[in-house]
Amino acid sequence: MITRNTLIALLLSAVGVAAYAAGADLGQAEKQATNWTAIGMFGVFVIFTLFITKWAAAKTKSTADFYTAGGGITGFQNGLAIAGDYMSAASFLGISAAVMASGFDGLIYSIGFLVGWPVVTFLLAERLRNLGKFTFADVAAFRFSQTPVRVFAASGTLVVVAFYLIAQMVGAGQLIKLLFGLEYWMAVVIVGALMMVYVLFGGMTATTWVQIIKAIMLLCGASFMAFMVMLHFGFSPEAMFAEAVKIKTAIATKGGKPAEEAAKIGFSIMGPGNFVKDPISTISFGMALMFGTAGLPHILMRFFTVPNAKEARKSVLWATTWIGYFYVLTFIIGFGAITYVLTNPSFLDAKGALLGGNNMAAIHLANAVGGNVFLGFISAVAFATILAVVAGLTLSGASAVSHDLYATVIKQGKADSASELRVSKITTVCLGIVAVVLGIAFEKQNIAFMVSLAFAIAASANFPVLLMSVLWKGCTTRGAVIGGFLGLLSSVALTVVSPAVWEATLGNPKGSALFPYTSPALFSMTIGFVGIWLFSVLDGSQRAAVDKAGFLAQQVRSETGIGAAGASGH
Amino acid sequence: METDLATRIAAHPTYQKLKATRSRLGWWLTGAMMLVYYGFIVLVAYFKPLMSTRIGEGVTTWGMPVGLFVIAFTIVITGIYVRRANDEFDRLSAELNKAVLK
Repeated sequence: MITRNTLIALLLSAVGVAAYAAGADLGQAEKQATNWTAIGMFGVFVIFTLFITKWAAAKTKSTADFYTAGGGITGFQNGLAIAGDYMSAASFLGISAAVMASGFDGLIYSIGFLVGWPVVTFLLAERLRNLGKFTFADVAAFRFSQTPVRVFAASGTLVVVAFYLIAQMVGAGQLIKLLFGLEYWMAVVIVGALMMVYVLFGGMTATTWVQIIKAIMLLCGASFMAFMVMLHFGFSPEAMFAEAVKIKTAIATKGGKPAEEAAKIGFSIMGPGNFVKDPISTISFGMALMFGTAGLPHILMRFFTVPNAKEARKSVLWATTWIGYFYVLTFIIGFGAITYVLTNPSFLDAKGALLGGNNMAAIHLANAVGGNVFLGFISAVAFATILAVVAGLTLSGASAVSHDLYATVIKQGKADSASELRVSKITTVCLGIVAVVLGIAFEKQNIAFMVSLAFAIAASANFPVLLMSVLWKGCTTRGAVIGGFLGLLSSVALTVVSPAVWEATLGNPKGSALFPYTSPALFSMTIGFVGIWLFSVLDGSQRAAVDKAGFLAQQVRSETGIGAAGASGH
Repeated sequence: METDLATRIAAHPTYQKLKATRSRLGWWLTGAMMLVYYGFIVLVAYFKPLMSTRIGEGVTTWGMPVGLFVIAFTIVITGIYVRRANDEFDRLSAELNKAVLK
């Protein structure tokens, strides 16, 4: 019999695991000694990326160049860039820390992030490419009345981008204390300034190449660590698992547990533990991850950078492959951290906890297998990761404002390329400043919920509107807009009254949260879809007739690509 | 696109075949992915002892290959779709293009 309070405590611990891996919250970090090797390596990365930006700037002249790199990215390159967007700093540090702490549960967690990709491939990728030009609103508003749908899509984009951005900025601030030993505010300002330079001057070309380079560096670094760990165990997973279980048992014994219980605790890393305590939360969170991936604006915009549907498909296949491979690596790295880091007193404090907190698992392991220079490399890569993700987010926010709001809603499609470009650059600067200000404002806040909220909103607002507009003839302007906003509002509202925000962030007493589950997606997605269906069915307006009449032409183009916007400018 | 052209394409048997095949494949594979993922969640939520059972003499449990299977399945199923689409669907599209735009 589980009491209400234990249940809540368990839920909170599940939220904790979720938060670590979700790419957001690295918790409050303690400032470490200044690490000049890491700072130097990061400096080299920055100089290199600035050269790329200079090269990209020469190619960035039109709006098409700015938003989509002129459509000249190949499927393989785009796959790496998408994988780069997804392999955030905290999914690297957080998932390996989760595996170190609880073994198998970390694997369950990372799998959730992977399973959305096939759904994107099967239902959306090529249709997006065939229908859209710059933003996902091009697709969602294809046959509808432009103004209301664009306003909705821009709102959906900006809300998702805002939460994701704050999470990344706060993560950057915490990371810089851990990795470089510098002050929190420095990170926020460095990230804000560099990101503005990439986006302003290099547009999508620079943003994509920075992301590709980072993805390659991260995959190489993580591969090296996993290789060294496996080499140590003669490439036998069994040997690695056996050693990890032995160490976990020894730690439990040292903690005063009787032999039998200690053995049980040691072995618990080999099977599912506390991660799945409450099936509703798990399924709801799984839905947010699975369908949220198909509604993240900074991911969706990457489908417009490739020349055609074939390359769009190839890019998701590459992205899925790299992300899957990366999660296998983080799993090995987590077990490697148990055997190398938890046994080495130089990485531990007096109580046996990791110096700098659990998120340092991969960083300490880098030191153990590759020495100080490799430690610097991995730290620099982890920080570069945030920078690249933030640049992509800002670009997608800026295109929502300039392409959807300014060019389509305010100028009614009559804006010239130069003024649209100017608006997107002004927006980039504004978003950069807002991100820095919010990053500093949220320093001491518990923002664990933010990335999962971004996924939940993407799954409940952007994804239903996109899917229904593309696949269901009966969908109308009114249905899409009302249903989309219902999904958006319900996912935000349910998150606010969930334990992660109501109790952990707003400080209300434990047990007072009205909504008991980790993620709202199961409910808010339903609200979004039912809303779109209901208000479309009830819509008897003249506009509804126009919307439905436009479906055939839209479907033909989405299926065949005939008439699709080509690789403009090349 | 002019409505006339769209209507002509929509009536073409190659288009009908393309649309039906892709849609059927897409939904089947989506169903398969959801079955595998939520099946995995059910296994780790309700069949914990089974997932924590050792495979042989060592400490490796059934949960490990099952988890790796889900990762591999995700990549393979994406590959299956992309392979068929890049081959068959693009061929049908090109045929259609030729047939209606001549």
